[in-house]
Amino acid sequence: MTTEILIAGFGGQGVLFAGKFLAYKGLIEDRQVSWLPSYGPEMRGGTANCSVILSDDPVGSPIVSKPSVLMAMNLPSLDKYEKDVLPGGKIFVDSTLISRKVERTDVDVYYIPSTQLAREIGAPTLANMVMTGKVIRECEGISDAFLQEALGKVVSARHADLKDINLKALKTGMAFPD
Amino acid sequence: MSDKVLMKGNEAIAEAAIRAGCRHYFGYPITPQTELAAYMSKRMPKIGGVFLQAESEIAAINMVYGVAGTGKRVMTSSSSPGVSLKQEGISYIAGSDLPALIVNVERGGPGLGGIQPSQSDYFQAVKGGGHGDYHLIVLTPASVQEMADLTGLAFDLADKYRMPAMLLADGTTGQMMEPVQLPETEPVSVEKPWAITGTGMKRKHNIINSLYLQPEELERTNFERFQRYAQVEENEVRYESFLTEDADIVVVAFGIAARVSKNAVLAARKAGVRAGLIRPITVWPFPKKQLEALSHTAKGFLSVELSMGQMIEDVRLSIHDKRPVRLCNRAGGMIPSPDEVLAAILKMQEEV
Repeated sequence: MTTEILIAGFGGQGVLFAGKFLAYKGLIEDRQVSWLPSYGPEMRGGTANCSVILSDDPVGSPIVSKPSVLMAMNLPSLDKYEKDVLPGGKIFVDSTLISRKVERTDVDVYYIPSTQLAREIGAPTLANMVMTGKVIRECEGISDAFLQEALGKVVSARHADLKDINLKALKTGMAFPD
Repeated sequence: MSDKVLMKGNEAIAEAAIRAGCRHYFGYPITPQTELAAYMSKRMPKIGGVFLQAESEIAAINMVYGVAGTGKRVMTSSSSPGVSLKQEGISYIAGSDLPALIVNVERGGPGLGGIQPSQSDYFQAVKGGGHGDYHLIVLTPASVQEMADLTGLAFDLADKYRMPAMLLADGTTGQMMEPVQLPETEPVSVEKPWAITGTGMKRKHNIINSLYLQPEELERTNFERFQRYAQVEENEVRYESFLTEDADIVVVAFGIAARVSKNAVLAARKAGVRAGLIRPITVWPFPKKQLEALSHTAKGFLSVELSMGQMIEDVRLSIHDKRPVRLCNRAGGMIPSPDEVLAAILKMQEEV
């Protein structure tokens, strides 16, 4: 199985961090992974995106041009990438920041108010992880031990105190009903 | 969990260089390779090594020249515009027969260009960007694992043949993260009787120099150097061959273009077209013989490049234009999609 994930939002939303977490999750599960950030002018404001591939086979091109999973963290990202999602793919929409509906009818859509949910748990900067939690539940699945281990890899020792709140954000996303 | 770690390509080069015994790094920051220098700046002071951010790329390459003369493993890294600045120093290092590693994480050009990935420094790397008759051993990583593996190999080959080596990467391979297993082996130490390490009053002075005012003498050094280059061409060609045995269309691509092309080759096979891929891992020396051999069985060749078409000249020379050779390319920081390469393969299949 190969999951090609495109995470897109604006700079500062933790798009790259969420991607790193998913990549580490794949690594811990002994799968083939690649993580490719946008490093262009978009990193200095505007849209930022990140391609993550999790696969049971060696990864060819690390560039995700036709995602099977799109995580749209803001409206420009949904506008830009909605058309690229593979038929039968999944689109995750931060419905706090994006008021419009997905127009495609050949994909599964999940509206999740991740920015709002993040605020409610006292972690307004972790909308990325709330959405990631939802993505994990809907597409990938993960054991609790792996979840902890992957978090341990992406949250640096210097910020170890933030591990719990990241875990809480992930679990909030995982528990969010359809 | 495997003992693999997730690293950026740029960081993998830095760590692999340290593990290969490199304790001297000189550079100057430029996107998209800055993580390499940043990694060195953190690690080198802790292991008794030297990290020095020079005042310019030109200064950095001349510091490399100096350390190379002492026989120590030394490197610099930059991206396209910065590597242009280093060309004079690279020519001097080659002319003095010194081993060193130069890393180019290419970005779009010419001029200041852009910061997105490119392969348009192929001519500069392979045909000699500086003045005079010389070559670099040029290795082209296509994955983060190869960023690490080829770094160690580049140091070894540079030492073995007393010539500078270049890692020709691109913004994508530099910036992407993949699992990598870092080399654990101790670097092989090579005798360097030519190095300037102090005579200890026991031997004659060694002299590192690229100036020969007597043309007979300069000619002799050139001929001797090219005898060594002939050995490199004989012994050190590296490439990956993927589904080429029965291929009608042989795609030739290196680095990130090869990754994209592999997807396209698999898609072409699904569509019933016998496509294959030759991925040069060394672009100097170039896998000429392997391509020439395939020209007896393949109907056409497709060079896939992130440039306006540079490697295509070496493909044509290798097969003596016996078969049609086409170009599938993007430039300026753009990367072809597997679909674009697939379309080029299918079009070529119709034509040949």
